Amino acid sequence: MSTTVLAGDATARRRKLTGKAPWQHDEPWSVRIGKWLILGLFALVIIIPLWMVVATSLASTKAVGEAGGMVLWTSDTSLNAYKTILSSSRIPRALGISLVATVLGTILSSAMTILCAYGLSRPSTIGHKFILWTVLFTYLFGPGLIPVYLVVRNIGIYNTIWALFVPNLFAAFNLIVLRSFFMGLPTELTDSARLDGASEWGILRKVILPLSKAPIAVISLFYGVGFWNNFFNAMLYLDDSNNYPLQMVLRDYVLNGSNMLNKASGSEVIVHNAPQTSIQMAVVVVAMVPVMLVYPFVQKHFVQGVIIGAVKG
Amino acid sequence: MAQATTGSEATRTVAGRSRAPRKGRTASVLDGQVIHHPSRWTRIKNDAPFLLMCLPTLVFLSIFHYFPMLGNIMAFEDYSPFSAPGFQSFIWSDWVGLENFRILFDDPAFWRSVLNTLVLTGLNLLLYFPVPIILAIALNSINSYWVKSITQSIFYLPHFLSWVVVVTLFTRLFSPVGLVTGFLERRGIDAPHIIGNPDIFPFLVTQQSVWKDAGWGVIIFLAALAAVSHDLHEAAAMDGCGWWGRMWHVTLPAIRPTIVMLLILRLGDALNVGFEQFLLQRPAVGPDAAEVMDTYVYYVGIDGGGFSQAAAAGLLKGVIGLVLVLAANKAAHALGEDGIYRGRPS
Repeated sequence: MSTTVLAGDATARRRKLTGKAPWQHDEPWSVRIGKWLILGLFALVIIIPLWMVVATSLASTKAVGEAGGMVLWTSDTSLNAYKTILSSSRIPRALGISLVATVLGTILSSAMTILCAYGLSRPSTIGHKFILWTVLFTYLFGPGLIPVYLVVRNIGIYNTIWALFVPNLFAAFNLIVLRSFFMGLPTELTDSARLDGASEWGILRKVILPLSKAPIAVISLFYGVGFWNNFFNAMLYLDDSNNYPLQMVLRDYVLNGSNMLNKASGSEVIVHNAPQTSIQMAVVVVAMVPVMLVYPFVQKHFVQGVIIGAVKG
Repeated sequence: MAQATTGSEATRTVAGRSRAPRKGRTASVLDGQVIHHPSRWTRIKNDAPFLLMCLPTLVFLSIFHYFPMLGNIMAFEDYSPFSAPGFQSFIWSDWVGLENFRILFDDPAFWRSVLNTLVLTGLNLLLYFPVPIILAIALNSINSYWVKSITQSIFYLPHFLSWVVVVTLFTRLFSPVGLVTGFLERRGIDAPHIIGNPDIFPFLVTQQSVWKDAGWGVIIFLAALAAVSHDLHEAAAMDGCGWWGRMWHVTLPAIRPTIVMLLILRLGDALNVGFEQFLLQRPAVGPDAAEVMDTYVYYVGIDGGGFSQAAAAGLLKGVIGLVLVLAANKAAHALGEDGIYRGRPS
């Protein structure tokens, strides 16, 4: 590891002098143009659809009518679509259900993973190998959809908000990431704390956790995004469409085109004169925004998480 | 360090990893020192906090993983949820042996789903797999820190969007009232019929995967590229190796282990082509094109109530998947690569 860092330093210095990394000597013109084209095109392909959604959600009835559907640019913006979905009873409720499931699920699953990762971080523990294989085997062999479905039906969480996240509380991948990180921490830290009479719980809380904020942020994000984006649990385990989370409402209302807003549990919807398309796109925006707000803060730690997970897995 | 700690600690640090003492021995000699092995009970007592920490996960896995795994016994039964209350129905349903598998193998829809799954994996390897590698090599050669990190932010973003959002985006681009279709029609070009077209569907879903995850796949190759020693490039350049020569002889060999590992991982995962993506689009395209093994299990079992037949399909998929992963890992070792996991986890 240290050699890489040194090489990196040397490159950084050389780059400052020449403005070039060593692999770029006599880079052909075709490559120089080609790489910008590739990167630029791929970035545009990602951005344009997202832009389209935001623009359409903000477009007025007139702009949508003229474009015949989706728009990329509108000079005539209005927030009516957002006012409409917020004054409906359906979307705020679905949003609330999604938020509760995501927050509860993320807290529980992160706590479970942190505890288990530390519990498995010392190979000398009795039964270590057996427990580790018990956990890792779940990565290789899944029990199958039908038996899990029947278990959920029979343990009393069917048709409750718990069904949205409890069956998915654990991912072996995240455990591998965190455990590898814990095992990479210098043992002197835990050993000296142990000599000072700290309990294992105290060591985990006061020594390990403060050093592990980055990988914990990454696995929490992975868990959180998973819960937020999940629609299949609702489809499987919820009978009453009034209790659907946001992704499920999105599926029914935007993808399958059913008219959700008006049948929203009997209450009157205040009509804000927004086109149907804009309202639908506003729901998409609401479903995307929480994830887009959180992930840039965690982005710089991704490399660590993904690489450890992939290599040590 | 060893002297400072308690007896049991010393055993661990000196005698090394987790080896329990040989049967019947309570002490052994190492480097002229007598080391007392703690009894099993002492070890459990000493390690209690660690074991307790693993407990929530173990309880969870017992309920949602290992118990359902036992529940797969229903694949050999004519399972009926009404045969007995609760979980007893797993025991009291009629035993039919391999009958469910016979029904499964006689069902053309099942074979259709297997075929679709394999075709999609093949397409994925052809059209998806090379994309992150090319993107990573291009991105790695960008000098500006800001351009690089903004590009990375954009590339990673779609990975965090749900399949519902991604499928919605593609529909709104390519459906008859979509943005691209409208754009083409205004210029008098006949837009191809893309959404809901079974012939194009395999390519459409592969492109959706590229859009969603190819940017994310860049991470692991970028890390491999960053670890390439620059001396190699300089030495090669000194010896008169041109840019393409260095690409072939330095850059690509450096990321070869990563490529092989991911390729093997993908092959071992051949039966998993993504579930939600197909579940969402099956109504629009029809089962002939959009049925994969996972959706087959869902539609036969949950939607159609054929629990046992679906469980049989799920079990078959799980077992073949396990064999594929193990075989792929063996292959990796045979090729001298690390594989997905090593012989024993450390």
